[in-house]
Amino acid sequence: MRLNLKIWRQKGPKANGKMVDYTLNEVNPEMSFLEMMDVLNQQLVDEGDEPVAFDHDCREGICGMCSMFINGRAHGPMTGTTTCQLHMRHFNDGDTIVIEPWRASAFPVIKDLMVDRSAFDRVIQAGGYISVNTGSAPDANSLPIPKQNADMAFDAATCIGCGACVATCKNASAMLFVGAKVSQLSLLPQGQPEREERAIRMVEQMDKEGFGNCTNTGACEVECPKGISIENIARLNREYLRAKVVQK
Amino acid sequence: MSVLNSKIPAGPLADKWKNHKNSIRLVNPANKRSIDVIVVGTGLAGASAAASLAEMGYKVKAFCFQDSPRRAHSIAAQGGINAAKNYRNDGDSVHRLFYDTIKGGDYRSREANVHRLAEVSVNIIDQCVAQGVPFAREYGGLLDNRSFGGVQVSRTFYAKGQTGQQLLLGAYSALSRQVSAGQVKMYHRHEMLDVVMVDGKARGIIARNLVTGELERHSAHAVLLCTGGYGNVFFLSTNAMGSNVTATWKAHRKGAYFANPCFTQIHPTCIPVSGDYQSKLTLMSESLRNDGRIWVPQKQNDQRRPVDIPEEERDYYLERRYPAFGNLVPRDVASRAAKERCDAGYGVGQSKMAVYLDYASAIQRYGTLEANKMGESQPSVQRITELGTQVVASKYGNLFEMYAKITGDNPYETPMRIYPAVHYTMGGLWVDYNLMSNLPGLFVLGEANFSDHGANRLGASALMQGLADGYFVVPYTLGDYLADDIQTGNISTQHPAFDEAEGAVQEQISRIMNIKGSKSVDFFHKALGKIMWDKCGMARSEEGLKQAISEIQALRTEFYAQVRVPGSASEMNPELEKAIRVADFLELGELMCYDALNRNESCGGHFREEYQTEDGEALRDDTDFAYVAAWEYGQGNSPILHKEDLNFENVKPSTRSYK
Ligand SMILES: Cc1cc2nc3c(=O)[nH]c(=O)nc-3n(C[C@H](O)[C@H](O)[C@H](O)COP(=O)(O)OP(=O)(O)OC[C@H]3O[C@@H](n4cnc5c(N)ncnc54)[C@H](O)[C@@H]3O)c2cc1C
Ligand code: SF4
Ligand code: FES
Repeated sequence: MRLNLKIWRQKGPKANGKMVDYTLNEVNPEMSFLEMMDVLNQQLVDEGDEPVAFDHDCREGICGMCSMFINGRAHGPMTGTTTCQLHMRHFNDGDTIVIEPWRASAFPVIKDLMVDRSAFDRVIQAGGYISVNTGSAPDANSLPIPKQNADMAFDAATCIGCGACVATCKNASAMLFVGAKVSQLSLLPQGQPEREERAIRMVEQMDKEGFGNCTNTGACEVECPKGISIENIARLNREYLRAKVVQK
Repeated sequence: MSVLNSKIPAGPLADKWKNHKNSIRLVNPANKRSIDVIVVGTGLAGASAAASLAEMGYKVKAFCFQDSPRRAHSIAAQGGINAAKNYRNDGDSVHRLFYDTIKGGDYRSREANVHRLAEVSVNIIDQCVAQGVPFAREYGGLLDNRSFGGVQVSRTFYAKGQTGQQLLLGAYSALSRQVSAGQVKMYHRHEMLDVVMVDGKARGIIARNLVTGELERHSAHAVLLCTGGYGNVFFLSTNAMGSNVTATWKAHRKGAYFANPCFTQIHPTCIPVSGDYQSKLTLMSESLRNDGRIWVPQKQNDQRRPVDIPEEERDYYLERRYPAFGNLVPRDVASRAAKERCDAGYGVGQSKMAVYLDYASAIQRYGTLEANKMGESQPSVQRITELGTQVVASKYGNLFEMYAKITGDNPYETPMRIYPAVHYTMGGLWVDYNLMSNLPGLFVLGEANFSDHGANRLGASALMQGLADGYFVVPYTLGDYLADDIQTGNISTQHPAFDEAEGAVQEQISRIMNIKGSKSVDFFHKALGKIMWDKCGMARSEEGLKQAISEIQALRTEFYAQVRVPGSASEMNPELEKAIRVADFLELGELMCYDALNRNESCGGHFREEYQTEDGEALRDDTDFAYVAAWEYGQGNSPILHKEDLNFENVKPSTRSYK
């Protein structure tokens, strides 16, 4: 099939960017979206141009590296799907596809479709862990955890840190990402001792990074490729309030 | 006398590690504060090592080429992690895990290392649970297990099909805690391009800041390479796109020996290639062989839909050939059996290079059990299918979804099509018992070393090894080495060795940028991959390997004449990153062929067509080849072989039989 692509090109962090048009003539519907981008890049290199820079690594929907805003939607038109898991069979011959990077002031563009998401790392560094040193752990089965809690913690823990929630949110809020981590750890007995401090520090860091406020629109949940539930935001709010009360 | 000293401690096998830990030297807490350690790679091995060493008080600098340590290739591991916990009460023990690993590796690994791995496996699970890793649990709240290929007990801990993700996020959280404590300085989007040797010791690295293109010098008292495997030498593999050999290859060029490079694991259950645009292959976890059945039609070139082929016209060839282990034979055996059926003309799908992995009977079995549990006395077939589908979805849901996304087929209704693909590399830099390479101060952990899996790795053992190395081995053994360095003081990056290393890296980059040829990096990578897959893949022969060596040499010459890397070196330039990696793969590929050519036997993942039994099983030669082949860089000439003899004092090598 034949596709028209409109892609954001930006030479570097400080350069001005613009949309550039490309045409691809032989796209196989079995290709993944990133394989389609590979074909475009091969064409660009063959013509002596610079290929489009984009982040990707596992191409299995798990590393969270890929991050394209496709036709106005984070990771494209399919729900529950990362850019790398999107396949061309969901597009039609003759389609125009608009491809942009994540847009959020906390995620500055590095080049073309690549953005800097290190703000997420700093939020995790602010308490997204359980303080246990290597070698000091008790036997794994010494503390049974009700399956239901374990399963809920697991569901929250499947967040891949891709940033689609932020890119989608009109306020560029990171509440779904932060809520997922705070929920995971607060649902587990091991996470209890640092429960209050964690919620407060992570929220403070999130604000410091320039992520916006949550106005309960719910777009993040719809676009999250891992189906992280918006209940995690509610839990984060409860955890934060509770921590504030306990702290006083 | 071999130049290789494996430093295996004396004493009975089960006491070696304990005694060694008790007798090696330590660095006291005050002195640790003045010692720097570089950790390259923050996958399971690197993140666990960096976090543990930082907790102990060392000053750590950690590097990864992705935009965050949370994205290392370890994240993609699906199935699970082994540990000899014996929570199932099914007769598992440290000894049994040790034995299974030695046997699974086809008697080409070191007894002492493997025993230690089995010993510390139990601590890994404790550590991860304490970090908040949400492993699968049973209704009683205790941990659940599943079984993997090549063993007869259930010792695999898992978190649905995302075990690697959960373990890596655990290690990443421990690492993040140390970053926030100021004990680890994290350099993401940095690629190590050389190791710096000062007075015979590894004292630093040259890294390229991938965002700005600048070359940076970093010094330390020891360097740990935790940079993963090199399966991408085949272009198509289940590895992440960025996985590469550059770090270990550069160390090899500086004198580190590369051990058993030809030992590659071809995983039996991956989604087959669909076209020449294919950029990578996707694994369907081995855990699927727990419940799925593998078959091909009994008739060649059968055009019917799989569901229309009646039971009696199917060939469940693994169950037929290996009744004792059936679908759970080790990976090398399962892969070769699939290739054998497809080569003989029984393959399925458009390319005919695929076999079926079928869940229909598992769905019926689980559905019936579930209906019984719910007290439904005469459930309809439809009801059983519905219930069975639910059970299968709860166990393997994300894998089935992934398959559906990639292929557009529904695996609950029609069997999956699968074929073997390159997955893991058992070979890697040679290390002694302390995980130190033959270069003093250069330690190698995780998939990047050669240590524990012999000629074939068992499922769920790579995660175990990576975390064992990082959490429980190197934190001890590194201290013994660094005990000599408490007085050394800061290592200066102004030393001439740094000038020289940086100059050489700069020169290589300029050389590649200035070729300005007409062919893309991928062109060369794909060409190399095809040579490797055809001639150094699932089946190898003397003739093919010799051809491969000369083809690779020619391809390398062409690369340096014809490659085109657009853009400049002083900016973010993914094509340049790829070019540097492919340049190293073009050298490694040749070494792999040398190694395969030298090993005149078939063992584990290494199958030489000349050495097989009448019914096509691997023919090992313990008299002549019970050794580790450690290769020294030939500096432009042929590589030089050093042998480390393997002594089996506790298990007697026997012919692996899974029949
Ligand atoms: C799809 C898939 C599924 C798997 N499933 C399982 C499973 O279920 N169970 C199991 O036990 N094993 C499994 N494995 C194998 C296992 O995942 C790997 O062997 C293991 O995770 C490797 O960990 P590592 O820490 O050694 O390296 P990696 O996780 O590969 O990490 C390498 C690190 O090195 C960095 N790096 C590399 N080169 C450089 C450089 N030059 N400069 C700077 N940084 C660099 C990277 O950024 C990264 O941080 C699977 C593998 C694959 C491909
Ligand atoms: S919550 Fe969802 S969208 Fe947000 S970072 Fe995690 S996986 Fe991505
Ligand atoms: S490339 Fe890893 S999630 Fe898409």
